[in-house]
Order: sequence, then structure tokens, then C-alpha cells
Amino acid sequence: MIEAAAAGMGKPVYKETNESKVTTPRWEYQTVRSKVTTLEEAIKGSGLKDGMTISFHHHFRGGDKVVNMVVGKLAEMGFKNLHLAASSLQDVHEPLIDHIKNGVITEISTSGMRGELAKEISHGLMEKPVVFRSHGGRGSAIANGDLHIDVAFLGAPSCDPLGNAVGYSRSQNAKSICGSLGYALPDAHNADKVVILTDDLVPYPNTPNSISESDVDYVVVVDSVGDSSKISSGAIRDTKNPRDILLAQQAAKVIINSGYFKNGFSIQTGSGGASLAAVKYIRQSMIDQGIKASYALGGITAHMVKMHEEGLIERLIDVQSFDKVAAESIKTDQMHKEVSANEYASADEPGSATHYLDIVILSALEVDVNFNVNVLVGSDGIIRGAIGGHPDTAADSALSIIVCPLLRGRIPCVVDEVTTLITPGSSVDVVVTEYGIAVNPRRPELAEQLKKAGLKIVDIHDLKDRAKSIIGDAAPLPFGDKVVGIVMNRDGSVLDVIRNIVD
Amino acid sequence: MEIKNASAGTLESGDILIQIGPSEQAGVQINLKSTVAYQFGEQIKKVISQTLNDLGVTNVEVNATDKGALDCTIKARVTAAAVRATGKDVWA
Repeated sequence: MIEAAAAGMGKPVYKETNESKVTTPRWEYQTVRSKVTTLEEAIKGSGLKDGMTISFHHHFRGGDKVVNMVVGKLAEMGFKNLHLAASSLQDVHEPLIDHIKNGVITEISTSGMRGELAKEISHGLMEKPVVFRSHGGRGSAIANGDLHIDVAFLGAPSCDPLGNAVGYSRSQNAKSICGSLGYALPDAHNADKVVILTDDLVPYPNTPNSISESDVDYVVVVDSVGDSSKISSGAIRDTKNPRDILLAQQAAKVIINSGYFKNGFSIQTGSGGASLAAVKYIRQSMIDQGIKASYALGGITAHMVKMHEEGLIERLIDVQSFDKVAAESIKTDQMHKEVSANEYASADEPGSATHYLDIVILSALEVDVNFNVNVLVGSDGIIRGAIGGHPDTAADSALSIIVCPLLRGRIPCVVDEVTTLITPGSSVDVVVTEYGIAVNPRRPELAEQLKKAGLKIVDIHDLKDRAKSIIGDAAPLPFGDKVVGIVMNRDGSVLDVIRNIVD
Repeated sequence: MEIKNASAGTLESGDILIQIGPSEQAGVQINLKSTVAYQFGEQIKKVISQTLNDLGVTNVEVNATDKGALDCTIKARVTAAAVRATGKDVWA
């Protein structure tokens, strides 16, 4: 009957073997039978070949050491024509310029880039255009196969020999901390092979874990995965600029009088100085009016953690810890939840947190008279930023507020037409400048409400004209005919292209 | 007119550093470095030349390092540098 049952299922019948159990104490055994190996062996074992796609996360921001280390090793091993798919790139990734020139990297997908690398690419360094996606868009593209990752190289501040990894370490040898690993999770779940690089190999089981052993193929121990002190570099800064403070106060007034400032509301802030500071100014009103937020989303900052600890924000949902305080909080606080890029902001993920977001405060390089926003390409035509979650949160939130000064030096922030379209005007509700607040004509009820509250509501065309009257007429940018960047919309369609700059 | 080396302005955002010195060549030579060179380079040079012209300053070399200054700022810095270079007070 056993044979018949087995045959019916197309399975063999169990046979007793002479294999004996391994009786080594497991404390010792985990050092022998493990996924731990060298970077070179991990690369060989992963089956990586020329032309394949490798991926990285950017949770260490300007302090990242993994991208340069791994690509340096790949160059040394003779790899060519690789597609580098990072969740974002920073100034620190300048060494990629040489790897591009040498043909090691011939394709890049990212949320953004800055510094020399961005400048060179804007001048036409690469044959193939760089593909830019929002964080939610990248999550979708990885999940639906638009962006297939062959091998993910993911830095983690602690990992055990089987690959359970997390963005902090509970051991005494902790060297680094980055908090949430949210942007690494789509890669860990979907890449064909996953290599964890860690600077703190801890005993099994490294729980609570963020990346699970079942997703991990190799673990590589390195001296350092990143400099945690540089996490709050780049776009993140606590502003002392009086103009930013004025903008933040105005944004706070918009929020408080918007109709969405009610018990249980949810909020996210972008990475600009003024948008981060706005949180400080709504805090007092929350206390005075007895209002509590149900959750704060996004790049979580020390301000958000403080308000959570004060009981003003019930839960934190964190795709990326913007500073060390936030990174420490995710380690110790159960109400501070890590979330993957998909669950954070993907349009096709019904459960993504942005869908239940009331208010988002965002910055901008440029806003145009149709409320379109550019956060990627400078007014000099050079790539100098990142899409981040900008279009995701603007589109999904009930109220999106853009905070930007009218001018930065001689560069206007309110213009006729954005240099590059990143966030379509249909998803932008309010633009706050120091010369007045413009409300999208699609939201007349909001304009009425803010006017009643005594805020200075102006036509966005007047802001544009005012900027022009101060700075004069700008000469057109010297764009060439080569496409150096393609901006993907979060639904996978092509939103805009970036052309090269000719000096 | 005797021209000494002189400067005015700073490298702060929104300002321009103007350095004026004597030149062998006739006219005004301008070397401009600007963060907004693509859009406003020609306009900045025009304001510098015009300001020096109005002050009657010639045979000078100007090194200008611009951090996005507005025309009024450029004019003020060029005037101050010219006063220092010539010793001739235009506001007296």
C-alpha cells in the first residue's frame, strides 16, 4: 500500500540510510557549516556573469562603503558590462566614474546621484542613459520583473552565519548602525542571489532580523560596511537658516488649517531643511489642541522619534532612518516599524503605507506654473538630487505640500516649466514660498479654507513673475541631443528624459 | 589713472567676489567663474563692464567669482572694488 500511495503521488518510498547525525555542538557547528565566505568566493559562487545586474541599498547614504568595495573587486576580477541597480547613489560613489570608463559598469538604475559622478554623467559619460525611479517605483519594478536583479550585495551592521541580517547590532562588537533596511528588502526578496556584507558577524540566531536567512546565499565579513556618522549628511540637515525657518512656519500653518489636522492623522516629511523643520512647528499645536498622529512615515528623523516618545505620534513606519537617533529607535522600540520600499510607496502594492498618508511635506529644486515639480536636475541642467519618494507620496497623500524658497541665489525655484518632470502637477496641492502660498486650482476648497485662516494665498504665476523680475532673463541651457537619463513614472511609464549638457 | 590691486565681496551664496588689478591691455578683461554661468554668465559680464565704464575705470583685469549674486549686488561689489583700486571715492 505504501508503494501504491507513493506511485500515486509520483514520489519514491522512504529508504533507511546509514548516514549518522552530526553531533558537533551547534555553537561550534555554525562556524563550520555556514554561508560565510570571502567576497571573491561569494561572487564566483553567485554565478555572476558579464552583462548581469547587481544591486545595492543606500542606507548609509554618504557613509556607504559597500558599492565602491564590491565594484572595485568586480573590476579586479575582470567583469565587464554590468548593470548597477542601486536604490540611490551619493557623492561618495565618485570612483564609479573610472569603472564606467573601463567598461565594468555600462548601465545604471538609481533614484538619484550627486557630485562628480552626476556631473560627468550629465556631460555624457555613459552610452546608455541612466534609468531613474522613485523608491516606490523601484520596489514595483523589482517585484514585477521590470528590474531583474541577478546578484544583490547588501551591507548590514549585523548578520549571523546563515544570513539573518539587520540594520543595527546588539553585540558588543557593533561597528555600524543604519536602522531600517527598507530599500534592501525588495532586493533581498527578489534577487536570484543575495550576498550580505557585514562588519559584525554575530552568533545564530540574529533575531529580531530584517533580512531573513532564507533569502541569503552568502555572508561576507568586511572591516566596515559604512560610516554611520555620515548618515545624516547629504540632503539631511537641521536648519538654522532664517528663511527655511520662515518657510517651515508657513508650512505648519497650512497643515494646521488644512482640515486634515485631526486626531489620528498621518504625516511624512521630505529631506529638505524646511520640510524637516516644519514638524517642530506643528508639535506645539498638537499639544495645545490635544491632537495625536496615528503614524509618521518615511525617512524617520530624530524630531519624529522625539514626538513619538512624547506620545504625540503613536507609531513610526520607517523605510529609511535619516539619522542615528532614528536608527537607535528602530532597534529598541516595537512601535517603530521597518517597512520595505514596496510596502512604503509602491503604486501597485495595495498595502503600501503612502495610500493611508494624510499629509506630506516635500522640498523642490523647481516648481512650475502647472505645479509640476523637479527634484533631480539642477537649473544648470546637471543632475544633482534624487527622486526619492517624492512622486509616490505626492500622488498617494490627501494633501501634498511643496516647500521651497522663491530664489536660491540667482536661481529661480518657481519657473515657467521645470527642467525635468519628476512629480506631475496633478498630485501637488500647495506650494509654500516666503512670498506667499500657491494652491493648485484643482483644490479650490483648500484655497478658500487657507484664505479664511488668514494665510497669504497667491497665484503661482505671480510668484514666477516676481522671481523673474528680480533675477532677469536667463539664457537657455546648453543641452545637447544625447539622452543621458530616463525618468520612469511610478507606474512604469516613461515620464521624461534628461539630455546632456555641452560646455 | 593708477590702479592698485583691490577686492570687494565674499564667496558667500548670493554674493560675488570682485578682484581688480592693473592690466597692460586696453579696456576691461573679465575672468568669470560663476555657479550660474550657463544662464547668467553674459549678463554678469555686461554688468561688470558697464559699472566700470560708468566709473571711467579702464585698463584693468577683473577676476570675478560669482555665487549667484543679483545685478544690484554685482554693481555694488564692482563699485567698491573700483573705489579701493583707484583711491577715488565715487560717493563723496
